[in-house]
Amino acid sequence: MGITVSLENMDKIYERPKTLKDQVMHYCPGCGHGVAHRLVMEIVAELGIQEKTIGIAPVGCSVFAYYYMDIDMQEAAHGRACAVATGVKRMMPDHYVFTYQGDGDLAAIGTNETIHACNRGENITIVFVNNAVYGMTGGQMAPTTLIGQITTTCPSGREQVANGYPIRMSELVAQLPGTTYVERVAVNTPARVRKAKKALTKAFKSQELKKGTSFIEIVSNCPSNWKMTPVESNKWLDENMLPYYPLGLYKDEISGE
Amino acid sequence: MAKVKGAVVINTENCKGCGLCIYACPTDTLGFSKEINSKGFNYSEMVQDECIACVSCALVCPDAVITVYRMKKDKAV
Ligand SMILES: Cc1ncc(C[n+]2csc(CCOP(=O)(O)OP(=O)(O)O)c2C)c(N)n1
Ligand code: SF4
Ligand code: SF4
Ligand code: SF4
Ligand SMILES: [Mg+2]
Repeated sequence: MGITVSLENMDKIYERPKTLKDQVMHYCPGCGHGVAHRLVMEIVAELGIQEKTIGIAPVGCSVFAYYYMDIDMQEAAHGRACAVATGVKRMMPDHYVFTYQGDGDLAAIGTNETIHACNRGENITIVFVNNAVYGMTGGQMAPTTLIGQITTTCPSGREQVANGYPIRMSELVAQLPGTTYVERVAVNTPARVRKAKKALTKAFKSQELKKGTSFIEIVSNCPSNWKMTPVESNKWLDENMLPYYPLGLYKDEISGE
Repeated sequence: MAKVKGAVVINTENCKGCGLCIYACPTDTLGFSKEINSKGFNYSEMVQDECIACVSCALVCPDAVITVYRMKKDKAV
């Protein structure tokens, strides 16, 4: 039995956001999707935009995002979230519209939709969860899988000649004139979670300026398919993902606006 | 007894026992339970009264099951 401390004379300083439904998420223990969901729902609550936010869910482990996020949401076919978001935002320009997508969804089957939405400068926020595998389908190689990383479809490790290079989406979309704000963050330490929340807040707020696409890449883990404990997976992320996917601001045309 | 500065309340039934909060806690306040919840997870719980209400555990919890409390300034004993 753990200890119990009296809460008398104490202030509640942190609790689960009300915008996250009171429902257990189906994610594996320690999966970064849970933190990413919570952060998006925290900023929706703090900005007071619950009634004016529309999310587009992907295909991937986060396909059920609409069961957890207490906002209006629309499911898109695999990879097409940015196209659906384009239509929604154009019809409802006063709403905050975002996509929530994995790396298989956004950078493999949906590369076309992603790049063209960014290049058109659609006034949406793209939340991109990069865990370097196709999590939902059993950990196959994704375009973001690192060189040497073992997956079920590259059992001896990804190899450049056969499989090409891992794609750096933040660097890529930052070059497109349609993007206004691009940042790569992570959620595997408390300090990074705070930073990720700031970046997401900025991205959502940027929609008010109607100047283009905001893109937040969250480097995340997949303990189940990486075949590690959650703590090990976060260390592996530090040692292997971050050198190839450096955290930081890739484009900011909105500060000072 | 140490000065109590804070405390956490964990919804242990919904905790998945991932251990990320235990790893993130700078004061070793948290540990795994000996008991399991109905899903079979050894959940996270306070094992010491060293909590400084830094919120680190709640920030990294993927299941948002941690509530953090801080002692009112004038009541810190
Ligand atoms: C048209 C189509 N092709 C393939 C699939 C199979 N499929 C489902 S999820 C997925 C990849 C998901 O990976 P990712 O987007 O990285 O999400 P994660 O699960 O890692 O969060 C694939 C290929 C599908 N559902 N529909
Ligand atoms: S398979 Fe990977 S990405 Fe999917 S819920 Fe489990 S840990 Fe998360
Ligand atoms: S609030 Fe900080 S000190 Fe208290 S249990 Fe959580 S991580 Fe540990
Ligand atoms: S981080 Fe959350 S789910 Fe994981 S062990 Fe701690 S309280 Fe449980
Ligand atoms: Mg993925």
